[in-house]
Amino acid sequence: MSVSTQTFDYVADLVRTTSAIQLGPGKEYLVESRLAPLARARGLVGPTAVDTYVREVRRGLDRGELTRVVEALTTNETSWFRDNAPFAALRSQVLPAVRGRHPGPLRIWSAACSTGQEPYSIAMTLLDAGEPHVSVLATDLSTPVLAQARAGEYSQLEMNRGMPAPVLVRHFTRAGAGWAVKEEVRRLVTFTQHNLLHPPPTGPFDVVFLRNVLIYFDAATKRDILTRVRRAMRPGAFLILGAAESMVGIDDAWERVAVTGGSVYRAPGGTP
Amino acid sequence: MRALVIDDSRAMRRIVSRQLEGLGFTVDEAGDGAQALELLEAGAGHHLACVDWNMPVMDGLAFVKAVRARPEWRDVTLMMVTTESEHDQIVRALAAGAHEYLIKPFTPDALRGKLELLGLVPAGEIA
Repeated sequence: MSVSTQTFDYVADLVRTTSAIQLGPGKEYLVESRLAPLARARGLVGPTAVDTYVREVRRGLDRGELTRVVEALTTNETSWFRDNAPFAALRSQVLPAVRGRHPGPLRIWSAACSTGQEPYSIAMTLLDAGEPHVSVLATDLSTPVLAQARAGEYSQLEMNRGMPAPVLVRHFTRAGAGWAVKEEVRRLVTFTQHNLLHPPPTGPFDVVFLRNVLIYFDAATKRDILTRVRRAMRPGAFLILGAAESMVGIDDAWERVAVTGGSVYRAPGGTP
Repeated sequence: MRALVIDDSRAMRRIVSRQLEGLGFTVDEAGDGAQALELLEAGAGHHLACVDWNMPVMDGLAFVKAVRARPEWRDVTLMMVTTESEHDQIVRALAAGAHEYLIKPFTPDALRGKLELLGLVPAGEIA
C-alpha cells in the first residue's frame, strides 16, 4: 500500500516550500504513515485514503489543514536517551571539556526537540552529573509538539521507550495514568518555536544537539543550517549529530572528536 | 545468553519468551519465584530473569531479595516485568536489587530497549 506519484509529488513540494525539508524518493511510506491518521480523522479509510485526503486538501486549500500536513511530516519519533551514547558522551567527555574552559552557567540548545524527551534527557543527565547550573533551550518547528513537550507529561508507553528505571524514580512523579517530569528538571528547560531555516536563537551555546534532522535537508541547506548553528555557538563548543549523520563533505570547519560510541563535532576557535 | 521468564500467566510467559528468543536468548520458564529459584539452583547459568510481581507461592519481590542474598548469583540481571506501576513500587524493587523495571503492557521495542540499557543486546536504533 503506497501513495500515488501525484500525491507524493504534491506533498513533497508542499513540505519543501514551507519547511525546506526534502522528502526524497523512497519516502513514500513516510507520507502514507504520517498522513493516514489525518485522513482517518476525516472519515477516510482504505488503501486510497491518503490519496483522497490529499486531493481534498489540494482542492480546499485550507491553510490550517496544510499546516497539519507539514507538521505530520516534520515531526520526529523520539525516545528517552535516544541511542544512549550521546548522553554518556555528554556526561563523561563533553561536560568536562566544556567545564575546563568555561566555569559559568552552561547553555545547551536542543534543536528539533519534538515532544521534549531529548531536552529533558539532557537536563536529567546534567543534574545526575552534579551540574545544576545549566539552561537548556529546546526548539521545534511544530507548535503542537512544543505544547506537549512543555506539559512534561508522558504516557506509560512513552516512558517504556528508553527510560532507565533508576532515572524514572529520581526525576518523575505519577500523573494520572502517566508520569510527569519533576519541577527541578522542568525549570532547567525552556521551550520555544524555531525554524532551522531562520536565524538561530540567541547564544552563545556550549553544546548543541542537532540530531536526526539534517537528514531531511539537501546538502546546500545542511551547509546553511550548520553555518547558522555555528554562529550561535561559543568557540570550541560541541555539536552532537544523530548516530547515522556525519559532517563529511558538508562543512569542513568542524573538528571531529571521537567519543565512546560515536563522534561529536567541535566548533572552530578557542584553545582545545 | 540464557534467560528465565517468571510469571504465573502462561500467556504472558509465552509472549516474553518469544520476544527474548527473537533476540537470541535461550529461555526457561517458571510459574512463581520458588520454581524459579529451583531452576537457578540447577545451575544452567542464567544471565537474565524477567520477573512478574504478583505470583502465588513466592512473589517477584521476594524472589529478587532471595537472589540478591546469594553472592554466586550476583551476575544475574533482574528485570521486573509487571503491571504494578506505582512510583513507590519501582523504588522498592530497585532497592531490593532489581536492575530494571518494565511496566505491562509493553511493545517488543520497549523490551529490546531495556535489554540494550542493561547491555544484554547490542545497542541499535530504538525505532
